[in-house]
Parts: sequence; C-alpha cells; structure tokens
Amino acid sequence: MTKPLPKEYYKQLEEIQTADFVVMELMLYLDTHPTDQQAIGQYNQFSQYSKQLKRAFESQFGPLQQGSLNPSQTDWAWSESPWPWQV
Amino acid sequence: MWTYEKKLQYPVKVSTCNPTLAKYLMEQYGGADGELAAALRYMNQRYTIPGKVIGLLNDIATEEFAHLEMIATMIYKLTKDATPQQLRDAGLAEHYVSHDSALFYNNAAGVPFTAAYIQAKGDPIADLYEDIAAEEKARATYQWIIDMSDDPDLNDSLRFLREREVVHSQRFREAVEILKDERDQKKVF
Repeated sequence: MTKPLPKEYYKQLEEIQTADFVVMELMLYLDTHPTDQQAIGQYNQFSQYSKQLKRAFESQFGPLQQGSLNPSQTDWAWSESPWPWQV
Repeated sequence: MWTYEKKLQYPVKVSTCNPTLAKYLMEQYGGADGELAAALRYMNQRYTIPGKVIGLLNDIATEEFAHLEMIATMIYKLTKDATPQQLRDAGLAEHYVSHDSALFYNNAAGVPFTAAYIQAKGDPIADLYEDIAAEEKARATYQWIIDMSDDPDLNDSLRFLREREVVHSQRFREAVEILKDERDQKKVF
C-alpha cells in the first residue's frame, strides 16, 4: 500500500482478530461438546462482540466483509482498502 | 458457500526480506502436511463422515484456509523485495525462472502439490486417524521451521499456527471417541 495506515487500524483489527479467535475456538470446542451451556453462552457473547467491533472498524476503514454496505455512492470501497497481505 | 473477510486470522509481521525462510515455509504451503493439503483433506472427507462430526471437519477445514492465507502472506512478504541474486542465493533460482515472484503450490524442495498427499478412505475411524496424524506432522513441521528461523516477528505467527495444530489434533481425537461411543451404543439391542 502506498499510503501508510494509522495505528488505530492495526489496533482495531487486532481486537477483531482476538474476538474472532475466541469465536473460532469455542466453535471447534462446541463441535465436540455440543451440550456445554456455558460455552454456548460465551460463544454468543463473543459473536455479538465481534459484530460490534466490525461495525466500528468498517465505519472508519471501509468494508471488511463481503456483503457489507458500501459507504460511498460513487466509489467501490471493497477494492480500495488494503488486502491482508498488504498491511 | 464461503464468504471472505479482509483480515488474517492472526497478524503476520515480517522483520526483513528473507527468501531462504520463504523457501522453508513453502513446505506448509504446497507440501504433503501443509495447509493446502489439510484444508482439501477435511473439506473432502466431510461429505461421508458421520453427521456428528461433519461440523468439526467443516470448521477445521475452513480454519485451514485461513492458515493457508497466513502462510501465503509470510512467503509474499519475505520475498516481495528480493532481487534475483537474493533468490538465487536462497536456492530459489528454479522457482524464479518459472514463476518470477509469484507464489506456487510447491513444497520446500520445489516439488509441486499433488492430491496423492491426501486420503479419503470412507471409513470414519481411518479418516480421523489420518487427520490426527496430519495435524501432528504439521505441528512437527512448524517446530522444525521455527528452529530454522531467525525472524522473531515471524516466529510469533508460526508459534500461533503450531498451537492450532495441537488444538485440531485434540478435537479430532475427541471426534474418534464420539464415533466409538455411537458405535458401541448401536450394539445394544
């Protein structure tokens, strides 16, 4: 990428990666422990938290997910924001 | 279907241009026990595995694709600024003459990926034991790469991936127990 990204980009992205790691880890655990109610509660909690973080991230740095709203009427933001191997 | 997110599962930072390390990492990109082999193996086995463990194969396969992207990012970042001379010094001259700086599904010795690396026996226990072995082999490979690496930033990401292999292996072992329990219950009639 030509223009450097602000520190905040990496900070928020890392928070999302952390939350999604918890979601993924609980998902695999629940695949083999499907009746663990505490784990299901934690899964829902972190899934919700991850969605909140992503909404905040996308409003500042552009779409993170396919299907997210394009913020502009004139520019296609998906191909403008950096790809994971470029940051 | 799948949907894409513009992020890696875990951050990948690279300290310096290092095509030698990139060459080692190709073992986890297009090698027999690498992330591509893992993703394709589980994704394909899930159709015929008993229902109770389909979700596990599906979800681990999905995570393996995220690991494949992390390995690709490592190789890309370690080689993107390398000169032809640096690539030659790293033993990547043969790669360069065919692919320039493009990535390719080769192992560390330059052998292209083949579906013969993976199995689908249709027998659930046989398939899951193969999956456990694959995770243990991938874990060992990560350790050997970490032993060879002098890049502290990269080693942090490699240690994350090594630990994921441990978790996957553990989950597959639990899946075996789930299927054994199910089999034993069926005998009671």
